[in-house]
Amino acid sequence: MRLWKLPVFLAGLVPLLWLAWGVYQEDLGPNPVEYLTHATGDWALRFLLITLAITPLRRLAGWRKPMLVRRMLGLFSFFYASLHLIIWLWLDREWYWAGMLEDVLKRPYITVGLLAFIMLLALALTSNAFSMRHLGKNWQRLHRLAYGAAALGILHYIWLVKADLLLPLIYLAIFGLLMLLRLPGARRGG
Amino acid sequence: MIIKQSSRIRPSEITDRDVWLRRRQLIKAAAAGTGLALGGASGLAHALYTGPENHQRISGVRETGYGRGLKPTAYRHVTSYNNFYELGYGKREPAENAEFLKPRPWTVKVSGECNKPAVVDIEDILKIDQEERIYRFRCVEAWAMVVPWVGFPLGAFLQRFEPTSRAKYVEFTTLYDPEQLPGQKRNVLDWPYREGLRIDEAMHPLAFMATGLYGEVLPNQNGAPLRLVVPWKYGFKNIKSIVSIRFMEEMPLNTWRRAAADEYGFYANVNPDVPHPRWSQKRHRVLGRGLFGDKEDTQLFNGYAEEVAGLYKGMDLRKNF
Repeated sequence: MRLWKLPVFLAGLVPLLWLAWGVYQEDLGPNPVEYLTHATGDWALRFLLITLAITPLRRLAGWRKPMLVRRMLGLFSFFYASLHLIIWLWLDREWYWAGMLEDVLKRPYITVGLLAFIMLLALALTSNAFSMRHLGKNWQRLHRLAYGAAALGILHYIWLVKADLLLPLIYLAIFGLLMLLRLPGARRGG
Repeated sequence: MIIKQSSRIRPSEITDRDVWLRRRQLIKAAAAGTGLALGGASGLAHALYTGPENHQRISGVRETGYGRGLKPTAYRHVTSYNNFYELGYGKREPAENAEFLKPRPWTVKVSGECNKPAVVDIEDILKIDQEERIYRFRCVEAWAMVVPWVGFPLGAFLQRFEPTSRAKYVEFTTLYDPEQLPGQKRNVLDWPYREGLRIDEAMHPLAFMATGLYGEVLPNQNGAPLRLVVPWKYGFKNIKSIVSIRFMEEMPLNTWRRAAADEYGFYANVNPDVPHPRWSQKRHRVLGRGLFGDKEDTQLFNGYAEEVAGLYKGMDLRKNF
């Protein structure tokens, strides 16, 4: 188990270290706040999609080992989503609450982004043995929110771009594929 | 007790262009010494590395008082953070793909409601007296920079073609050539890019045609060989790589308005009180100022209200955004 967890944990920290190094070197381009916002948002989505790929991997390829790190991958998604939100609140909106409230209410891409974050928060808070035990069957129901978080996260991305939809549509295609692979017909016999 | 005061000015802000060029040469020498193959290693590094030294200085540029006291954004920021979808959809890509565009030979067709339509060669345009103007530049995406442009006033140039009384508007068109502007191979916007001004806006003394920046001919990613600069409007009005100028009686349909009329208007005057539907325009981020303290309040007409507010007297700026 250790053999799997440590490398994945270290790999999950690579984007963070990369960004921290960029901040330290002042090497994130002319608009570092935008760079950090986009990078953390991207990594939150990427980790979420990787997390959602674990179950199809097990079902289709019979690959069981990644199950050991699914929780960690999901928590990394939450971690980068939290950084994304904090950077927005702090560096972008400068803790200007009235402006943020207006953003949340009037700008749909921000509304859905925040909803996605709240879903990830609920998942992160219940990603422990205690919650699993106490929630029983409801735990699994609750954790289907991961699909909702991914869908809203991608919608957030689609709605915020000005014209070039290529990248968010790639995320959408991957998400769609991962959902299709969950259909009963896609399962291996037995 | 020693109190260490950290410098308020960031190194990224104060790189002098000459220092920067020398540093590039050092990097170049180091790369040659170690036999590093830089070509293709990093697109941006490559673009920055081969770019500016190759740019020709424009001679006889007249200094003007425009923008005295403004602090120009570092050359490398001005030339590596661009919205020029025709050369790539990210901010860095136009610099990386710059070599696709061939700004020579180049002609500009002037047509429409005027007595003297003409096809003008870029070499003749460059013979016009060139002057330097330092202008604030504010993108609709809420970032800003300060650019020392080289060029000439738009109005006097347009007068040469004797616009008639029917010329109420001027339309500008970017080159259409997917080989030179590979971004046009994707139908993200309706190519070629078009922009327009009302004739009195075009004749306003602040309206400017740029052929260069920082004393050199325009880098391709900044819209070589000829681009519009209207400092009181959002950046997307400042159309790049112009091949056609047309005097029109009807208001032209500019590209971003065609793409999303609820978000981008014809006037696109900088206005902190009229938010973009998806973000506030009250403040903006100044490029090259690092993570903190890089934001400042956006001013009406980007700080040029004294000069241009008269153009819009009696107009509802919320409706005519």
